Amino acid sequence: MIAITAENLGKRYGQRWALRHCALSVPAGRVVGLVGANGAGKTTLLHLGVGLLDATEGSITALGDRPGADTDQLARVGFVAQDAPVYPTLTVADHLRLGQRLNRHWDRDLAAGRIERLGLPLGQRAGKVSGGQRAQLALTIAMGKRPELLLLDEPVSSLDPLARREFLQDLMEVVAEYGPTVVLSSHLLSDVERVCDHLIVLADGHVRLDGAVDELLSTHKLLTGPRRATSSLPRDQRVIRVSHTDRQTTVLVHTTKPILDPRWSVSDIGLEELVLAYMSPTPRDRQTGELAAVHS
Amino acid sequence: MIEFHIDPRSGVAPYRQLVQQVRQALRLGLLREGDQLPTVKDVVAQVAINPNTVLKAYRELEHEGLAAGRPGLGTFVTRSLAGSSLAAHKGLRTDLARWLTKARRAGLDDDSIAALFESTFRDSVNEDIA
Repeated sequence: MIAITAENLGKRYGQRWALRHCALSVPAGRVVGLVGANGAGKTTLLHLGVGLLDATEGSITALGDRPGADTDQLARVGFVAQDAPVYPTLTVADHLRLGQRLNRHWDRDLAAGRIERLGLPLGQRAGKVSGGQRAQLALTIAMGKRPELLLLDEPVSSLDPLARREFLQDLMEVVAEYGPTVVLSSHLLSDVERVCDHLIVLADGHVRLDGAVDELLSTHKLLTGPRRATSSLPRDQRVIRVSHTDRQTTVLVHTTKPILDPRWSVSDIGLEELVLAYMSPTPRDRQTGELAAVHS
Repeated sequence: MIEFHIDPRSGVAPYRQLVQQVRQALRLGLLREGDQLPTVKDVVAQVAINPNTVLKAYRELEHEGLAAGRPGLGTFVTRSLAGSSLAAHKGLRTDLARWLTKARRAGLDDDSIAALFESTFRDSVNEDIA
């Protein structure tokens, strides 16, 4: 089953396209790292996925339906916005009661248990707790509705390192137990490497990379060798990034075939290097004149 | 029961790190035939990694014949790597500890000790081959 699809998806704010020509396909059960520079379109994509925004062109589906199509669809999708909004005048306990009243499949044990473990005072007004605690409260409410698809916009950015680790432990436990699809945007590549098995890289409003982490890492190779023009590379080796010194050439290529040319020394690439290569501006594809993008 | 840890700076894929840690524990006799490996849920709750990473590591251990899944029960160790040499470990460890104390007294720091061990180890391996 496919959790999220997008075809030729675009969103325009006034004159500016925040996202354009985006194609996506995320299998259900994946934990997706959504990565990109500030302003690349991550938040816009998440808002389109939950139905807070409508697409200007193209289409997006979440769990096989138009996002926000009906109450049934809304019940299956959980979302936490970047600033982790809560009701400031309501207490922590009020939030749990609201969660129970407003959601059909409310997991009371999961939500109450998490609040207790985090040591959040039940009688405290949500507007008075610390930023980290507010984020944890918003996440607890989103997890408590036991969504099939959970969209999190920079969930750990306001948390200290310990709270961040605890949050990821909890999230992975929920994934192991109930198997929801999770999409989380983050700038913390070490977290992404730890918990994500699917990667989406956005740059300048375009999807540059969309695929299973294992597959992406095994189909990208770093070639180093004596200086030469990359136009001499075989057609199945797609150049992602190239740099030259006066004697040496280093090329990152995407290919599903083995590298046969003995002049190259071939090495694997780590997730962080891969993401950075796709986040940075690149030359247009030499065959099609388009920005290189990989969907696998 | 074994406790896993993940080193994000090692450059080794997380699932490989889990496999290596199980192998290491088998070699040192910390895990024995019949021992249960932690459940996927326990591992992810402990080290905050993707459940599929744990599944992949366990599949690899099964493929190597070191572990087997029992439906509804969990994954269990099926073979030890320590073998008959395990009995000798204790004495060797004592000798090694004595040697390490001697090396430190002689003024070697940790990196020098590791370098000396590695190069001597390599030489002896090469001698065995020759």
